[in-house]
Amino acid sequence: MRHSEQTRSHVSKMAGIAVLLAGFLLAASLCFGAPSNPSQIPNIFRPESTPADSIFRLSLLVLTVTGLIFAIVFSLLVYAVAKFRRRGDDDGREPPQVYGSNQVELAWTVIPVLIVLVLFLATARVIHSIQDAPKPAGTIEVIAIGHQFWWEFRYPALGVVTANELHVPVSDPSHPSPTFITLLSADTDHSFWVPRLAGKTDLIPNRVNHTWIDPHETGLYLGQCAQYCGTQHAKMLLRVYVDSPEQFDQWIAEERKPAAANSAAEEGRRIFETTACMNCHTVAGTVADGRFGPDLTHLMGRATIASGAALNTPEELKLWIQNPDSIKPGSLMPAMKLNEKDLDALTAYLETLR
Amino acid sequence: MSSESIALSAVDHGTRPISERLHDWVVTVDHKKLGILYIVYALVFLIIGGIEATILRIQLIVPHNHFVSPQVFNRMFTMHGTTMIFFVVMPILFGFGTYLIPLMIGARDMAFPRLNAFSFWMTAFGGLLLYFSFIGGNGLYGAGTVPDVGWWAYAPLTSRAFSVGHSTDFWTLALLVSGVGSVGTGVNFIATILCMRCPGMTLGKMPLLAWLNLVVGGMVVFCISPLTAAQIMLSIDRYLGGHFFDTQAGGSAALWMHFFWIFGHPEVYILVVPAFAFVSEIVPIFSRKPIFGYPVMVAATIAIGFISFSVWAHHMFTVGMSSYGNSFFVFTTVAIAVPTGIKIFNWIGTMWGGKIQFRAPMLFSIGFLFQFLIAGLTGIMLGAAPFNWQLSGSYFVVAHFHYVIVGGIMFAVFAAFYYWFPKMSGRMYNEALAKWHFWLFLIGFHLTFDFMHIPGMLGMPRRIYTYEPGRGWDIWNLIVTIGVFFQIAGVLVFVANLLWSLWKGEPAGNDPWDAWTLEWSATSPPPEYNFATIPIVESRRPLWDLKHPEDPDWKYE
Repeated sequence: MRHSEQTRSHVSKMAGIAVLLAGFLLAASLCFGAPSNPSQIPNIFRPESTPADSIFRLSLLVLTVTGLIFAIVFSLLVYAVAKFRRRGDDDGREPPQVYGSNQVELAWTVIPVLIVLVLFLATARVIHSIQDAPKPAGTIEVIAIGHQFWWEFRYPALGVVTANELHVPVSDPSHPSPTFITLLSADTDHSFWVPRLAGKTDLIPNRVNHTWIDPHETGLYLGQCAQYCGTQHAKMLLRVYVDSPEQFDQWIAEERKPAAANSAAEEGRRIFETTACMNCHTVAGTVADGRFGPDLTHLMGRATIASGAALNTPEELKLWIQNPDSIKPGSLMPAMKLNEKDLDALTAYLETLR
Repeated sequence: MSSESIALSAVDHGTRPISERLHDWVVTVDHKKLGILYIVYALVFLIIGGIEATILRIQLIVPHNHFVSPQVFNRMFTMHGTTMIFFVVMPILFGFGTYLIPLMIGARDMAFPRLNAFSFWMTAFGGLLLYFSFIGGNGLYGAGTVPDVGWWAYAPLTSRAFSVGHSTDFWTLALLVSGVGSVGTGVNFIATILCMRCPGMTLGKMPLLAWLNLVVGGMVVFCISPLTAAQIMLSIDRYLGGHFFDTQAGGSAALWMHFFWIFGHPEVYILVVPAFAFVSEIVPIFSRKPIFGYPVMVAATIAIGFISFSVWAHHMFTVGMSSYGNSFFVFTTVAIAVPTGIKIFNWIGTMWGGKIQFRAPMLFSIGFLFQFLIAGLTGIMLGAAPFNWQLSGSYFVVAHFHYVIVGGIMFAVFAAFYYWFPKMSGRMYNEALAKWHFWLFLIGFHLTFDFMHIPGMLGMPRRIYTYEPGRGWDIWNLIVTIGVFFQIAGVLVFVANLLWSLWKGEPAGNDPWDAWTLEWSATSPPPEYNFATIPIVESRRPLWDLKHPEDPDWKYE
């Protein structure tokens, strides 16, 4: 009876281990086939900016310490379980009854206390270096305002307003030009998170927060809202373009211009300015000055629409105007219900906003 | 000692009509019946919360999936979190506490039996109120809606500007009502443990389970109150023109976070300390040794109880506190790792030199130790504020706290189920099925929650109903979802085992584990009055003394 029960439990153990192995093999085989572009993966362990880099270095220390603790305690646990299991030839007597040991207790109290002190001091130093960093002379100031479900970016000193795609200059360590970002919210809580550039900081209504980045490499860095902000939290995506100094100056110069007037798109402009569009959107240099939605003055300078949810193509733009729910259900953009002719004209107008 | 029973003049329970027997369960003030009610109630909600989790995971199995709409997804994660914390884990732990504490301290019932019943029914109605939102959420409009503000319900998402209808009110009132029940249970635990112990059982001779639940009782009383206060403030904001959290009128969103987390972090320990209690009872029995370092275990628990009230803002490292504020909460957070680590060492110390028997309760306890070790270490990573700025709000955090709640607490709860099931039902469970449950659940757990850490480190935020392909998240989400089905299989085996054993299990006898605490001296299941004569104890292991008169514990304590 007892024997058969043991056999059965062995069988179930073996079956368990087999399934576990199969699971891990499956996982391993699947990872080798993953076809992602590594630069587009917002990996916290591939930092390209000082705050993200300091965090990365701290995380290496923390991972090493916790890894060592794991290795030691796990070995003790496995050893205890393997060594002190009841043997088949057990005599049925109780093992020696040990109630504790003050020396041992003292040892495993004092050692963790020391580890904790080291971790605390190392962490406090990094907190200070990131949070209390001085602003050098070449700092770019940006105000980021979180909205349900998009980002507004304002460059007050440069007179630029844009949305969803932040442009910042690359920062050369010898002549640093970091970007300091003031974080505000127009409605609910949001969080600004571009993992390769910095840790996240929340945007909270009625409160002013700060963060900063100084990217060392040009390129596109992806992120997204990291604090649940409502229905479309998932598609509040964030793109940071790190430009060379020349590209950045050129981008600023383009963005400062008012909207390009184009006589071929007069009909579309009339529709824009006589429907609800202008209540929410600004097109600088025209009567449209709404602030509820993204500034569209240089819409065609952006690669995406709907806060990164769709590519900025005429087809997607039409779909977005006609039926936003098909791209981003629950977004606050209303379906405009235009006829085909008006929709074409409106899209043609938006296409001129370079 | 007191296993002989008193002949009651009452009619035989088996032959009474079912309506009368049901009526007994409704009006009962017996701590054993109430304990079982808590547990059964929590199991029902466990199934519901599990279905919600499955919906979430199916939606996330591939990018841009259309299994559910964003609205439904947001409701499901809100309900999953709220249900699992408030209507599964808390009641299941209160249930075991209510059932076991009087038996383990040699009492005939809790200190306040009617308060006990009141507390259970408040919790039960709180859960029903939350789920009534499925049909009543939007008031008279017909189609109900369910709360969709997340289980922390951060302001100002809960203000009327952003949460129209009544769905948030169902959430608020459900937690208010069940919170009253929880405080009642906390008070009852404290009073029972301090006042109802049998002769000879000084505080230093209580079973660890009683000690740990004493600490839990104290934490419940002090941490549920801020939550209740915050719910009342939120209702004032929503209906009486208050502006506590109304940022559009000068209120503070961060204030809600402080109120919620000064509740929320001690709450984590309210959930995990009873799990510690189960493991502290089970590991000695199946290692055949007394708990290693009893006084240190008690001291560590009390330390955890106090420190847990000073760590709450580590949930708020990203909200823009000053560098000094952040440093303070880093210190308290890593400091709490010390008493927690001491506990893990003492459990290993208990196994050291023992003769370990791998029955289901011990298997689940070893699973607990392994997973809680990892959960504690990822907790230290999250406690280092700068690392937290990357990890918080991502799937890494989701993996971390599921490691605590499923890998730690639920494993300990399953251990407790198998350990005390013979006492509660009078029948043994099926050991082979229990081991199937263990291995299936272990595999499912690790497939789901080990791999869930990775997308978090690759920048995947939590609470998103869908995600973009090409960010390196796809494969991990697929594996995570596959693990869910192993967990479901494990739970189905568990439920089948429970039902089968209730009906056909072999009679367990009073003391199937050759155990040492007082509950094993009562019959299985114990009679209403627990003990025919109130026991008198001389040590922490009264049944050891009885079984080993040549080498009793009281000589060494």
